[in-house]
Amino acid sequence: MSQSNTSAVDYNMTVVRQFTVMTVIWGFVGTLVGVLIAAQLIWPALNFDTPWLTYSRLRPLHTNAVIFAFGTSALFATSYYVVQRTCKTTLFGGSLASFTFWGWQAVIVAAAITLPLGYTSSKEYAELEWPIDILIAVVWVSYAIVFFGTLIKRKTSHIYVANWFFGGFIITVAVLHIGNSMVIPVSMMKSYSLYSGAIDAMMQWWYGHNAVGFLLTAGFLGMMYYFVPKQAERPVYSYRLSIVHFWALVSLYIWAGPHHLHYTALPDWAQSVGMVMSVVLFLPSWGGMINGIMTLSGAWHKLRHDPILRFLIVSLSFYGMSTFEGPMMAIKSVNALSHYTDWTVGHVHSGALGWVAMVSIGAMYHLIPILFNQGRMYSIRLINVHFWMHTAGIVLYIVAMWISGVMQGLMWRAVNTDGTLTYSFVESLTASYPFYFMRFLGGALVVAGFVIMIYNMFKTIRAEDRSLERVEAGQEAMA
Amino acid sequence: MSSFWSIWISVLTLGTLVGCYLLLRMCLKNFAGVKEGESMGHEFDGIEELNNPLPKWWSTFFLITIIWGFGYLLLYPGLGQWQGLFGWKSSNQGILSLEESKAKVAQAKEQGLLVEYDREMAAADERFGPIFTAYAQRSIEDLAKDGDALKVGQRLFLQNCSQCHGSDARGTTGFPDLTDKDWLYGGSPDVIKASIMHGRKANGMMAWETAVGGEQGVKEVAAYVLSLSGREVNPEHAKAGQTKFAMCTACHGAEGKGSLAMGIPLGAPNLTDNTWLYGGSQKAVEESIRNGRAGVMPPWADILGEEKVHVISAYVYSLSQN
Repeated sequence: MSQSNTSAVDYNMTVVRQFTVMTVIWGFVGTLVGVLIAAQLIWPALNFDTPWLTYSRLRPLHTNAVIFAFGTSALFATSYYVVQRTCKTTLFGGSLASFTFWGWQAVIVAAAITLPLGYTSSKEYAELEWPIDILIAVVWVSYAIVFFGTLIKRKTSHIYVANWFFGGFIITVAVLHIGNSMVIPVSMMKSYSLYSGAIDAMMQWWYGHNAVGFLLTAGFLGMMYYFVPKQAERPVYSYRLSIVHFWALVSLYIWAGPHHLHYTALPDWAQSVGMVMSVVLFLPSWGGMINGIMTLSGAWHKLRHDPILRFLIVSLSFYGMSTFEGPMMAIKSVNALSHYTDWTVGHVHSGALGWVAMVSIGAMYHLIPILFNQGRMYSIRLINVHFWMHTAGIVLYIVAMWISGVMQGLMWRAVNTDGTLTYSFVESLTASYPFYFMRFLGGALVVAGFVIMIYNMFKTIRAEDRSLERVEAGQEAMA
Repeated sequence: MSSFWSIWISVLTLGTLVGCYLLLRMCLKNFAGVKEGESMGHEFDGIEELNNPLPKWWSTFFLITIIWGFGYLLLYPGLGQWQGLFGWKSSNQGILSLEESKAKVAQAKEQGLLVEYDREMAAADERFGPIFTAYAQRSIEDLAKDGDALKVGQRLFLQNCSQCHGSDARGTTGFPDLTDKDWLYGGSPDVIKASIMHGRKANGMMAWETAVGGEQGVKEVAAYVLSLSGREVNPEHAKAGQTKFAMCTACHGAEGKGSLAMGIPLGAPNLTDNTWLYGGSQKAVEESIRNGRAGVMPPWADILGEEKVHVISAYVYSLSQN
């Protein structure tokens, strides 16, 4: 269980380093755009009367930046690191790994240019136009070749559970992206979906929900399965639990998309099946949380001193919370209240800020010193400050959206004695403003946390090799 | 749905649930070859895995959700063509016209199908219908003096009309102000009601660019039209425009006072009152002449029914009565 960095194998850590640094930077950029659009919802003048800065164009930029720039860079970094370390072999494919880094950054830059310019396919989380979609597909297939090639040439007898999740997410995201992005181009930057009507909607949410299910859940569970036991220095709680929850999770998640289309033109049978699978998915999702948290058995005291472990364990708590909330919201009668309200926005952010961001931040704090030949981060106290800012930010955000969402749902369905609706839409909007402000504050805290992280990261990178020594338990607060 | 797809859906759906059950059963047993609680014996970069049993509460709960899933799919539509024991449907899906919708509602009633949408609509009609039937017995002028009726009318207006005409009913570009006394089709209670019931489709302010002699002609006619409202314009343009305005008089009248002044409900606006449906800037008026305008008020008879339209008409009528 040692933290040893030295090994006989000549690992490819360059690409891991590149993705790690970009993860932190994109985390800051993505959340900063989020805070800007949160502010625009309160002060619309913040679009400065320019089309490029309007909410409608920046919102997809925000979602793309946090999911594909921040989240996916984190997955690239950790999957490349974990697959090498747990297979005891360097990455397969030589410079192909380097191509995935530069290719993926090119995708992000292309998104950052085209989305504000108004180029969009109008499909949520798949807004990028067809030439960029092709680049994504090429990079992703290369990623799969590097990852699975490395698995094939592994020097260990078994494949570690983290790699099941990484592998599952890589294959499925390829299928989802290519399936949903099938379009007929009419010009270089405009295309129309190959599907029409309710089928197009179903394809979109089959993709959309599994972007959540595979990219943002399975992928990050892979991350969790390495960094939690590693940081806690404890064995994984249950091998059998990891088997049942992995296979149940991947086979059930792929069905869950229709719950985004309850009470729409989607046929009843598809809605029912989507709802049933979403509810049955609840326990398999929790399997990952149990396995992660129970891994801490006998090491709970470490939470008192180690803010990195705190990030990881709190991320699992948010994971448990949002994977309980999700199946509940997929139930039609709950969905009738929650759909189209801020509740959905709150749910997404308890997953995105609570689970995805916190497990990634924890993993990055674990990785950065190892990748840059240090024993620890420059300042452990600043990690702790970041932890509390991030946590407080999420709580403000989620609570604001819960209240606002449930309030909107109740206002929209309130009827007078004559059967007319009690409130017009704009009245529910006015009532939401205080919560929009609260959300803005929460988001600002998260962004400020990322600023601290960037500072801490660069201080660590620029410190003299091995000058930051690992501190033993109980002494972290001093550093 | 063909039986192929029905079987396809059912087999995959049930197969997934059965698969989950079998998986759970397999992992409940200790197949790992080491004692429970002990290490599996592999090590990955220093990480070991223990062979702990599944938490009992977890596996029990998982089993319950699987059983619930089978139950739900038995009661509700989900497995292809299977309609479920409750005979429940969310709505009459796949209908293309109002006639078809009515036929489907009748058919569902006959077959004892529980169509949620129909049922909710019927329940609402039963509960709230009498209120509107009572209002419908009274004249619009009478309702326009009844504070309670106006409140109901206002709420209906806010939910159905404000998207175009604004929450204060003062309209916006392309959508008429309903609080002034300037009417395109007439402001009497009956005409207002007819406008809402059946909608209005502007008979077509055509594109006049070619007919008036190109861009210069557009400028000239615009100048003349603006002069009718007493606006300061290039007098030469206005003079030239006046001759060309002869083409416009068929709808807007010789004096430009609109079709209503001639007693014809064509919807051609009065051009002399400095009230502008599509904006009164020179640019906007030129645009109207150059490319024409085609406003549409949709018909509401089938959406809201005559009784509700009656109450909305009273509200709209009341807005211009002070």
